[in-house]
Amino acid sequence: MDMRTAQSRVRGLGSAKEGVAHWWAERLTAIALVPLVLWFAVAAIPMVGADHAAFKAWVGEFGNALLLVLLTIALFHHAQLGLQVVVEDYVHGEAAKVTCLVTIKFWAILCGVATIMAILRVGFAA
Amino acid sequence: MKSENRPLSPHLGIYRPQLTSVLSILHRMTGVAMVAGALIFTYWITAAAYGPEHFERAQSVLGSWFGRVVLLCLTVSLYYHLCNGIRHLAWDAGLGFALPRLQATGWLVVAATLVLTLITWFAAYAARGGA
Repeated sequence: MDMRTAQSRVRGLGSAKEGVAHWWAERLTAIALVPLVLWFAVAAIPMVGADHAAFKAWVGEFGNALLLVLLTIALFHHAQLGLQVVVEDYVHGEAAKVTCLVTIKFWAILCGVATIMAILRVGFAA
Repeated sequence: MKSENRPLSPHLGIYRPQLTSVLSILHRMTGVAMVAGALIFTYWITAAAYGPEHFERAQSVLGSWFGRVVLLCLTVSLYYHLCNGIRHLAWDAGLGFALPRLQATGWLVVAATLVLTLITWFAAYAARGGA
């Protein structure tokens, strides 16, 4: 039974029915990030203060490049999902909210793709 | 349909801060702080893609006293968000809601954050030969 008023129905108010997908994606990226972040925290230690040649050799190892790419994807996806919730909670003006949400999405894709391209270039360029 | 004057809840000003609420807002704050961490991660790797001079400069910026302070804050944020995130995943599975358990896992997260941060920074200084 639909408990909504006729007016709320015709205005298209109410759930967009997309909340579960967002919630689930936030959890899946979180689960992926647990081992990826712990790997990075251990594996990146020798890169503290390393020179370019050592860094290039490190990223050039296939396993390292693979895990760095996976970390980047999970990290920026999770960041976008989390920041979206923060904006939806605190930014109430419709124009400001949509501007923030779009900016965050573009930022995550820009930084994520730039990082992946850099990993491939550093690790596999001749 | 005006909705501006609806009552807002909770009224944070009238509550005494408690471990659970402080850790809850810290999870969000450290998550937002990690935006800086993500930007530094991107800067670090893209600098390497631009060549040795850019990478060396990035390394010296991150290794400066200011860089180290920022990285230390981000290490604490990262480990806190990681440990408390695992606590959140347990709640999502329906585990650990009893108050004594909430209190215990909360302090465990705080302790794990400090221990993991110390281990990481000890290892980082050891890798640099103490410099």
